[in-house]
Amino acid sequence: MKYLDEYRDPTVAVGYIRAISNLVTRPRMIMEVCGGQTHAIMKHGLDRLMPSGVTLLHGPGCPVCVTPVELINAAIALAGQDDVIFCTFGDMMRVPGSKRDLFMVKAAGGDVRTVYSPTDALRTAIANPERQVVFFAIGFETTAPANAATVHQARQRALDNFSILSAQVLIPPAMEFLLSAKDCKVDGFLAAGHVCTVTGYTEYEALAERYNIPIVVTGFEPLDILRGIHMVLEQLESGRSEVSNAYPRAVQREGNVSARRLIDKVFRVTDRAWRGFGIIPDSGLELSEEYADFDARRRFALEVTPVAESGRCISGLILRGNKTPRDCPAFGMDCTPDHPLGATMVSSEGACAAYYRYGAEAPTTTSEPGGQT
Amino acid sequence: MSDENFPACPLPISEYPRILLAHGGGGRLMHRLIDDIFVVSFADLALESGHDGAILDRPDGRIAMTTDSYVVDPLFFPGGDIGSLAVCGTVNDLAMCGARPLYLSVGFIIEEGFETALLWNIAQSMRQTARAAGVYIVTGDTKVVDRGRGHGVFINTAGVGVLEQDIHIAPERIRVGDRIIVNGDIGRHGTAIMAVREGLSFEPEIKSDCAALHKAIESLLAAGVEVHCLRDLTRGGLATTLVELAETSGLGLSVNESVVPVCDGVSGACELLGFDPMYVANEGRFAAIVPEGEADRVVEILRTIHGMTECADIGDVISSRSGRATIRGMLGVERVIQMLSGEQLPRIC
Repeated sequence: MKYLDEYRDPTVAVGYIRAISNLVTRPRMIMEVCGGQTHAIMKHGLDRLMPSGVTLLHGPGCPVCVTPVELINAAIALAGQDDVIFCTFGDMMRVPGSKRDLFMVKAAGGDVRTVYSPTDALRTAIANPERQVVFFAIGFETTAPANAATVHQARQRALDNFSILSAQVLIPPAMEFLLSAKDCKVDGFLAAGHVCTVTGYTEYEALAERYNIPIVVTGFEPLDILRGIHMVLEQLESGRSEVSNAYPRAVQREGNVSARRLIDKVFRVTDRAWRGFGIIPDSGLELSEEYADFDARRRFALEVTPVAESGRCISGLILRGNKTPRDCPAFGMDCTPDHPLGATMVSSEGACAAYYRYGAEAPTTTSEPGGQT
Repeated sequence: MSDENFPACPLPISEYPRILLAHGGGGRLMHRLIDDIFVVSFADLALESGHDGAILDRPDGRIAMTTDSYVVDPLFFPGGDIGSLAVCGTVNDLAMCGARPLYLSVGFIIEEGFETALLWNIAQSMRQTARAAGVYIVTGDTKVVDRGRGHGVFINTAGVGVLEQDIHIAPERIRVGDRIIVNGDIGRHGTAIMAVREGLSFEPEIKSDCAALHKAIESLLAAGVEVHCLRDLTRGGLATTLVELAETSGLGLSVNESVVPVCDGVSGACELLGFDPMYVANEGRFAAIVPEGEADRVVEILRTIHGMTECADIGDVISSRSGRATIRGMLGVERVIQMLSGEQLPRIC
């Protein structure tokens, strides 16, 4: 398929892997920030193609995984109200709250609808003026512009039956949170390419300088990721720590300026609890005062009470890159996608779900790329 | 019976543009509905309206029987509709046993208020599909449920077929060294459905692969191919079928991702939606597990006689008694194929 196959070419991949092997002189820990990258790594087995000196750590970049239980509980409470149509992206449906998930609310009669875009939720509100429509606004900087634009449209149309429950989170504060930990093992970051299409990467330049760490803006196809790893290692081996762009076909340094402007207008930055992490200062987005009428928390006077997470789940350590899913005694035993104990098993982009789906106990054999069985 | 398209009949119940509860009430309206829509549609397919059941001649051979219910949403989609699906799905379940499909029963559960014209279209689609497949719709049932208690129309079909040869096609016959063949590119049905549901359009349009498969199977059996196992790739897609067959047989099934056929449209749509085509539903695809020496012949027959040009030999049964299915990815790394917890869910970003 044009525009994708060229980034999955086995011959080019072999070239990158050789170059990586030739480059690395000592053990290096590289964290891919985004869950989409984690999945691509597991699906294509890139972790198993790395030379022994290169370890890939899986970062916190799955918005479903890091949404705290208390916000899921709030969503579940709202979705069960008679006058509410609750709209959500599909992968939030089976994320467990303290007692139930949204699938269970739907089965019990709640009007819960899966949408592909916040504008679907807006259309639902227009079509159902007698009911309250709440959209679960979740995601990183990637989804923020569309969510901001939707709220802006709702105000232009003076819709009084549309609101959002914001679980928007920001990536750079989470990276800084990781870097400032005493036991941080990360030698270099693959920054999330899609986030950077919106934000650009000027914010990362300060991080790279302050923490003396290479950050490479990276895409999601196997060759994008291999290129990102290679560029991180080039910096590490030559003693540099800067931001470079391995995804120039999608990302510009300044990002999407009009999208950023819209986010700044509609949202304001707030402290936010991350599942597995706790509260990270300035890491979330709430609606700004100007748009506060569309905040479901206000409209429904929602109580969001912090909830303790399962003591058996080590997803906090996994999201920090201090452990891998295989280090967890519950992995694949008590904790599976059918019965997730915590953050990283719940979403398709979580590291534990990726390990589970793409072969927790897979045979370790590999052959030349593209080889026939 | 012949394959030609039957000319569309005029809508017979124009005075009732929508189905009423009374159409399922056992009285005159119900009899009119049955006579004017179902008997007219299925009369030459041997539907007997005057009895509680169908009396059939005993075929020469062992009997295969199956049943399936169809609740597809939307009812009409590119490449088919719930009617063609209800015929093909049950025909295919029989075909996967190695049976020649003979008779179908059909049960309609219709929601009050459903458009009579759409019911007529569905019945006509079933008629055309059954005629083309050479199966008879011999008995049926109609119920009407209150508005809000159905989704337009649900259909159940049961099917009876005959095994004309002394064959045994089942997972326990899978042997180490067997090849795994799929009869075409995967993921079309699920993608077509998803596109309609979500109001997405693709150029060119992706059509469901909905098709009756028994003639292809009959060709393989008639050619004397020693088919060890057959499975149609419906819900859960190719991945789920491979996991099921590996678990049931206790053997290792290994496929090569670079040769699993996926058309550009499905591949692109799946990228967009965050789906893996390996898990997307099909309605006209099957996997055949055959001895290594027969693989080329199977591909040749399916391609040349049945026009299944995308048919491919995608892997083999390996000696490991792991009961697991594995896939060798584009970059040569092998990974275990897992069954999904539920449906694939579209991802956020």
